[in-house]
Amino acid sequence: MTMILDHVSHAYESGTAMQVMALDNISLVIPDGQFIGLIGHTGSGKSTLVQHLNGLLAPTSGNIYYDGRDIHDEDYPKKELRSKVGLVFQYPEHQLFEVDVFKDVCFGPKNLGLSQKEIELRAYEALKLVGIEDEYFYQSPFDLSGGQKRRVAIAGVLAMKPQVLILDEPTAGLDPKGRDEILKQIAALKAKTGITVILVSHSMEDVAEYVERLIVMNRGRVLYDDTPSAVFAHYEELEKIGLAAPQVTYVMNELAKAGFAVRTDVTTIEEACDEILRVVSSVPFE
Amino acid sequence: MMKAERLAFEYIRRDEEGNVEGITRAVDDVDFDIAKGEFIAILGHNGSGKSTLAKHMNAILYPTEGTIYVDGKNTADEQYLWDIRQNAGMVFQNPDNQIIGQIVEEDVGFGPENMGVPTKEIWERVNESLKAVGMYEYRKASPNKLSGGQKQRVSIAGVIAMHPQCIILDEPTAMLDPSGRKEVLRAVRALNDVEKITIILITHYMEEVIHADRVFVMDKGRIEMQGTPEEIFSEVERLKELRLDVPQVTLLAYELQKKGIPLPKGILTTEQLVREMTRLYG
Ligand SMILES: Nc1ncnc2c1ncn2[C@@H]1O[C@H](COP(=O)(O)OP(=O)(O)OP(=O)(O)O)[C@@H](O)[C@H]1O
Ligand SMILES: Nc1ncnc2c1ncn2[C@@H]1O[C@H](COP(=O)(O)OP(=O)(O)OP(=O)(O)O)[C@@H](O)[C@H]1O
Ligand SMILES: [Mg+2]
Ligand SMILES: [Mg+2]
Repeated sequence: MTMILDHVSHAYESGTAMQVMALDNISLVIPDGQFIGLIGHTGSGKSTLVQHLNGLLAPTSGNIYYDGRDIHDEDYPKKELRSKVGLVFQYPEHQLFEVDVFKDVCFGPKNLGLSQKEIELRAYEALKLVGIEDEYFYQSPFDLSGGQKRRVAIAGVLAMKPQVLILDEPTAGLDPKGRDEILKQIAALKAKTGITVILVSHSMEDVAEYVERLIVMNRGRVLYDDTPSAVFAHYEELEKIGLAAPQVTYVMNELAKAGFAVRTDVTTIEEACDEILRVVSSVPFE
Repeated sequence: MMKAERLAFEYIRRDEEGNVEGITRAVDDVDFDIAKGEFIAILGHNGSGKSTLAKHMNAILYPTEGTIYVDGKNTADEQYLWDIRQNAGMVFQNPDNQIIGQIVEEDVGFGPENMGVPTKEIWERVNESLKAVGMYEYRKASPNKLSGGQKQRVSIAGVIAMHPQCIILDEPTAMLDPSGRKEVLRAVRALNDVEKITIILITHYMEEVIHADRVFVMDKGRIEMQGTPEEIFSEVERLKELRLDVPQVTLLAYELQKKGIPLPKGILTTEQLVREMTRLYG
């Protein structure tokens, strides 16, 4: 499913003195099967943008097309849209409401009209994928720790098997191992099924590690749209808009300043390690 | 300032008839002694008991077993409740649950107002706290229209405005962008350095704890490791077993060591790494 945003703007409280231009003339093409990162300062419009992608919010001007059809046309199948484009909200509490964890995850697939067996199978699979143990299945989702709630919310969307999976800061509140596990699982799922994944994140390290395309928002506009290493080369500009580069990128830049002939467009630990070894292996110890 | 002795807490889940369905021992046999003005960071995997422990520090929860003293006062003793709550301010994971005012500055002024601070001083405190978290321009805005990160900074300002002796922050930066995270940490460190406020910081961002005096690492309700950041982050493999990590630069140094570069253990900052590399190869 190719998604096209054509000059999309969104104003909250449109026409009042309180008007906020949360999205300002955004045009993007999102083809099938990309792993996209979306970063930007707090309040830059990321959550507003992703809520447009599953039709929860409508543009105040501009249009959104999926496979050539305007999703806000009257005859566009809205329900289908919600099942094809799964969104995990920034605050998991906003999407948990059932009496127990298992029922909560069943809610989405149930709405798709699947058989009870299929529903439960999917829920089980999704909960396993996000690392929730059986002992929690029949507890209230509200009695879980912060990170456990987040996992359940992610499972709820995965169980719907969407074609486009949007995760709004899915790793906030997850422990480091959990963060890696979930992102690895999602990367594997994407590799296996070819779905599109859009990852909203404040972790520069995470997007550097996982995404192939990185979109940077600033005050409701798209500032950069490129590969992570090309985007992070602008780390000084990124700092001016509330962002940064991954810590290793700074290490490489500082090493370069100190006279080491290392590349500076490095964004992951693995690359950094190889690059440093490459450079120092030619220098004998003193 | 704060002392726990054999502290334990159990959540008890009951069915409709009130029969016990399950017990979770979320905090298990914890001892600590935190001095006034210390900066303590708490790490631990999801569900390891960090938030439950933190809620004992300002008498939101009471121990099932053992005792916790805040400023020498047993939190289980009801007569101290008000004192304890006033002395130990708390910032939670989700700002939505802690913002009450209709306007940002009103929300931040709520705490000091409740404490009976004179009006003029309330306004000074509100302004200074909002500036400390970079939200001064939003003082007239409505909190429920702010984005996640903006809200969190407002709730931190709300606690700072109460000038507590101790601030407990439960993943305060989970929703912030890199600058917001830096600003908040800078504000927290300044409160610790300048005002000598005791800080308890719970976080999943390893780089945020490198300035702490001591780090506690929790696992299954217990404090499994404690020490300075250098000591803790020297134990890369042990931390990974506990589902944790080390800052990226520490991990990079560790990987380089494994490949034979003789770097010292426990490198925590970019400057340290560059200095050591220059010493070796410069
Ligand atoms: N319901 C609303 N009514 C009015 N303004 C809003 C509303 N929701 C968001 N805004 C404003 O729109 C802008 C964009 O907000 P949005 O939540 O999309 O940002 P974000 O990039 O997701 O931020 P964060 O990283 O903090 O989650 C912000 O200025 C915010 O204050
Ligand atoms: N209200 C509750 N009722 C029952 N059990 C609970 C409740 N709150 C937490 N628990 C359980 O207690 C344990 C410790 O939870 P706690 O919230 O203290 O963990 P945490 O270390 O703060 O985790 P996180 O990093 O995910 O925030 C977990 O097993 C959790 O499921
Ligand atoms: Mg958001
Ligand atoms: Mg917690």
